Amino acid sequence: MTVAPLAAPSRSLVRRGGSGVDFAGGGLTLLTGFAAFLIVAMVAVIVGNIVWFGWRTVTWEFLVGSPREGMTAGGIFPAIFGTVALVVLMIVALIPIGVGAAIYLHEYARPESWFTRAVRFAVNNLAGVPSIVFGLFGLGFFIQFVGRAIDHNLGLDVVWGQPALMWAALTLALLNLPVVIVTTEEAFRTVPRDMREASLALGASRWQTVRYVLLPQAMPGILTGAILSVSRGAGEVAPILFTGAAYFLPYLPTSPTDQFMELGYHVFVMATQSPDVDATRPILYGTVLVLLLITFMLNLTAILLRARLRARLAGRG
Amino acid sequence: MSVTVDMRDPKSGESSVPPGATAAGGIAGALAAREAADAERADAPASKDGAARPGAPGAGASLEARGFSLYYGTHQALKSVSLEMPGHSVTAIIGPSGCGKSTLLRSFNRMNDLIPGVRTEGEIRVAGVDVLRGSVDVVDLRRRVGMIFQRPNPFPKSIFENVAFGLRMLGLKDRRDLEARVEESLKRAALWEEVKDRLSRSALQLSGGQQQRLCIARGLAVEPDVILMDEPASALDPTATARIEELIISLKAHYTIAVVTHNMQQAARVSDRTAFMLSGELIEYDETRRLFTRPRQKITEDYITGRFG
Repeated sequence: MTVAPLAAPSRSLVRRGGSGVDFAGGGLTLLTGFAAFLIVAMVAVIVGNIVWFGWRTVTWEFLVGSPREGMTAGGIFPAIFGTVALVVLMIVALIPIGVGAAIYLHEYARPESWFTRAVRFAVNNLAGVPSIVFGLFGLGFFIQFVGRAIDHNLGLDVVWGQPALMWAALTLALLNLPVVIVTTEEAFRTVPRDMREASLALGASRWQTVRYVLLPQAMPGILTGAILSVSRGAGEVAPILFTGAAYFLPYLPTSPTDQFMELGYHVFVMATQSPDVDATRPILYGTVLVLLLITFMLNLTAILLRARLRARLAGRG
Repeated sequence: MSVTVDMRDPKSGESSVPPGATAAGGIAGALAAREAADAERADAPASKDGAARPGAPGAGASLEARGFSLYYGTHQALKSVSLEMPGHSVTAIIGPSGCGKSTLLRSFNRMNDLIPGVRTEGEIRVAGVDVLRGSVDVVDLRRRVGMIFQRPNPFPKSIFENVAFGLRMLGLKDRRDLEARVEESLKRAALWEEVKDRLSRSALQLSGGQQQRLCIARGLAVEPDVILMDEPASALDPTATARIEELIISLKAHYTIAVVTHNMQQAARVSDRTAFMLSGELIEYDETRRLFTRPRQKITEDYITGRFG
């Protein structure tokens, strides 16, 4: 770049201001602002609609009761229970595998090796797979392959080789794996290099450095990944369609091999299969509201936890 | 010849008021102040932090480089450097930016291993043992050869946990044992009085100078034989710098210390021997007094009188 004469910048600024650029700038502000406003408006309409039509339905009886009379009456407790159980199981499976893979990629993998590249390629592509494909994969792999192999080898009838809470949770975990790997690795990358050096220079081994220096400082980032996957896990229906969600169950799941009801799937069932649409509508609204609230609360918990961790890492509190 | 050139160090800004060197100013002043201080210490019987250091009698290992070269890829950063730093002494390594002084320092605890594409030739010996050989346990080497970095880098943990970190990594669990050694290390790093009432507070709440002394305490806690310091005061203000320098001199009794510094007055104040490096080569290595008053090489004289660098 050449050095411009000193007077040039101010003059060009003046000229630009007077030649209609401001008008275009104003138009752009308006357009982009409108796009931004649309987002707020849509969220407001969706949430407002659900709250408006749903809040009257959400009573204590609704939360703790079971569906009755072909889902035109009663509550949704089995679906609430199933959703929470599903998400918890998913997190239990997801976080160790996701964080483990991220630790490997960040800390141990040689960046140019074919294996590292294969892993990265897989992670990136896993993120782009449609969720219904995950559902089919879960059915084919977890249930028909793994589940049946377990039954066969243990001499059982059909215990593992059928749709179940555990298989649904694992399928969801797989779906969310890329999110957790990417956010965790990103979190590792943001830990300053001198933290690593300080630890290693003190005679900490590589693993100790990961475990006691990198991991604690990456924790907020890991929680971000967990938050994202909880939101998605609680709402996704396609992956659990074939792997464990039930249309209607008169009892709660008591083991990971049981089927379960789930809020998202319950919404789908009520919206499409109800014998009496008008009777079902308030229940439908109530169910969606509860689904939103549960997701919101799970998120809120993780966000508060993350805020506390961040404060501690920043030396406050 | 009297050397009274005002040493400017535009990066650190710590030489405008050279701590310790008062009226005389410059390197000559630093050397004079140094001599007076040394004499005073010799008079005082048994240093106040206790000459006997429990648990680590043989500390203060010698450091040696023999025909040591280091390459970052194809770039040769060190060119056949040979020098020996005796135990229980302070050696300063000076030279302009990019001369390889930090690289040399980081070779003694093999921190350069972390950089991909680094290749070495020759030997690095700690207490007579070649530490570049494959059979050497790097983790153990780094425990014995501690390192203090340019920027204070405490962990985002409490003051106590910072100092206890290395001990915990060694598997020490007993609370009372940990407390005793944390206190001992903080005392040795001249920080105990300032932090004893807030050990559970975050280390990040300390000032820069306190953080650097905390890092020194953290390094001392694992009982190293050698302490490598990579411009330990260049990010600190003059008062904090003076405290670090006092600390370096007081630690000499127990440890071998190598200090990389941009600041020649600092080298004159704290070190017994000084190495001058330029473009990856060791130009001159001698007793600090001699190197600063009667350098053998013309180029050394040019550098210490501020004609370049």
